[in-house]
Amino acid sequence: MSREDVFQKVMGIIKPFVKNEEVFQQADESTNILQDLKVNSARLVDIILNFEDEFDVEVEDEDADSVNTVGDAVSLIMEKLSV
Amino acid sequence: MSNENTQSVRLNRHEVLALLPQQEPFRFVDEITEVDESHIAAHYRFKPEAYFYNGHFPGNPITPGVILLESLAQVGVVSLGIYLFALAEGLAGVEGKIALFVDADVEFSGVVCPGDRVFISAEKVFFRRNKLRTKAVMTTENGNMVCSGTISGFRVDK
Repeated sequence: MSREDVFQKVMGIIKPFVKNEEVFQQADESTNILQDLKVNSARLVDIILNFEDEFDVEVEDEDADSVNTVGDAVSLIMEKLSV
Repeated sequence: MSNENTQSVRLNRHEVLALLPQQEPFRFVDEITEVDESHIAAHYRFKPEAYFYNGHFPGNPITPGVILLESLAQVGVVSLGIYLFALAEGLAGVEGKIALFVDADVEFSGVVCPGDRVFISAEKVFFRRNKLRTKAVMTTENGNMVCSGTISGFRVDK
């Protein structure tokens, strides 16, 4: 799966929890999930669980803590998929 | 760091209720009847003199949906959360911390009148990274469905 494919899937998973649609429309890998997209921090757990289901990977809590931007999520998933 | 406080503790149903932070006039759990890693069951009788019946509605008191939802959350999120956090992290996981209600998707299908007793049960959906989601159901004493759905709580420092 290409990085672009993963990016598109990640954006699809985050979309239902986004509160700032305008920023979401122009989001790239540097977009911060909590600060820019205004996702409720309690929803990060939902997003991580959806990553696990969509990509069939396991994300440890410590790994999840390192996810701040959309790009962080893409990198983490790319890394898990390559193992 | 105290090691004793972080050792896993399996609380019994009475200890869980004693640790529930909500108190009168905003406690909507009388007794927890079952609790384990995957589920919890409890009941509550709505007091006819509860303050909200005067306004909801004058002359026609019925229990507000938000109060029913609060009762579901006190059992399905807060009480089960206390049990699971103590099991995972000992009393350090419970003391000085509180599980706040963060999301819900609930349907209401029955009415609860003053004096009615309701039964609440909740099954764990997931418990990850300070967040607990359960599938919760409330029924009346004669088995009629009052409300059901998923509710979640997130643990934060008090």
